[in-house]
Amino acid sequence: MKFGVVTFPGSNCDYDAYTAAKFTLNQEAEFLWHKSESLANSDVIILPGGFSYGDYLRSGAIARFSPIMKAVVKFAEAGGVVIGICNGFQILLECGLLPGALIRNSHLRFACKYTYLKVEDHSTIFTSDCPVGQPLKIPIAHGDGNYYNFQADLKDLKNNGQILFTYADANGQNSNGSNPNGSLLDIAGITNRDGNVLGMMPHPERAVEKILGSDDGLHIFNSLVTHFEKRPARAG
Amino acid sequence: MKKVKAIVYVRLKDEVLDPQGKTIALAMENMGYKEFGAVRSGRFFELECDSFPELQNRIDEICTKLLSNPVIETYRVEMVS
Repeated sequence: MKFGVVTFPGSNCDYDAYTAAKFTLNQEAEFLWHKSESLANSDVIILPGGFSYGDYLRSGAIARFSPIMKAVVKFAEAGGVVIGICNGFQILLECGLLPGALIRNSHLRFACKYTYLKVEDHSTIFTSDCPVGQPLKIPIAHGDGNYYNFQADLKDLKNNGQILFTYADANGQNSNGSNPNGSLLDIAGITNRDGNVLGMMPHPERAVEKILGSDDGLHIFNSLVTHFEKRPARAG
Repeated sequence: MKKVKAIVYVRLKDEVLDPQGKTIALAMENMGYKEFGAVRSGRFFELECDSFPELQNRIDEICTKLLSNPVIETYRVEMVS
């Protein structure tokens, strides 16, 4: 399968994502320049972390108008798989593929540390290979990671099973002190209603080898590889 | 054509936590300015152009599409000739 990694001006996790896909997972991977309008036949599009357009105005607010985003939105609306990580999550919210907004961390500090994520649903294409009853140890690095939405929309997210990852403690329990940024409902990652678009603040691409401190991020990528291997190969 | 300036004020909605405003309020209190309660922060933009009939709609469009995020923010426009 093929991962397409979008590079915006100011992206800085694009190489991490590319390296994880190409060398750790041994899959095809290609960088996609933000001015391109083609997704180069990718199966999965990754919007990587970083500070696209210097985070001017609001995080992700300018990047969503990059030419490639038209193609990404069209791809996602047709069922294509898209993952936005950190700044990529912010871009997905700004362009409306995911609901809500990310505001400044409640304590105002940049948060850079390992977090434990509770996997709320193991039946999705992003989590089928995640171990049950065990949190994922994956790092965060952000200043604007505080998920916000209207109460009614939060209820919808919950009822539709769109909350995929929540911040938890090392035992996988949502507890006092395990939420690093003030996110409502401890939200670390959500999907769209159809389940083909994922946005998450933690960085799975930075946790793909033991030497990096954790390889729990592999569970997410392996879930996708499993999903696409089961699917018949692309024609042509 | 008449030159006009649109001043757009964008701020977080009242129900959205404003950590920056809160921190500024705390600093003011520490400095001895205890008479001010809450502080809310925001930003403003000045857009210059020639006046034309559809201007107000165009400004509203740019405000909702780009200058503010309707999930968390509200905006107000002030026209100056």
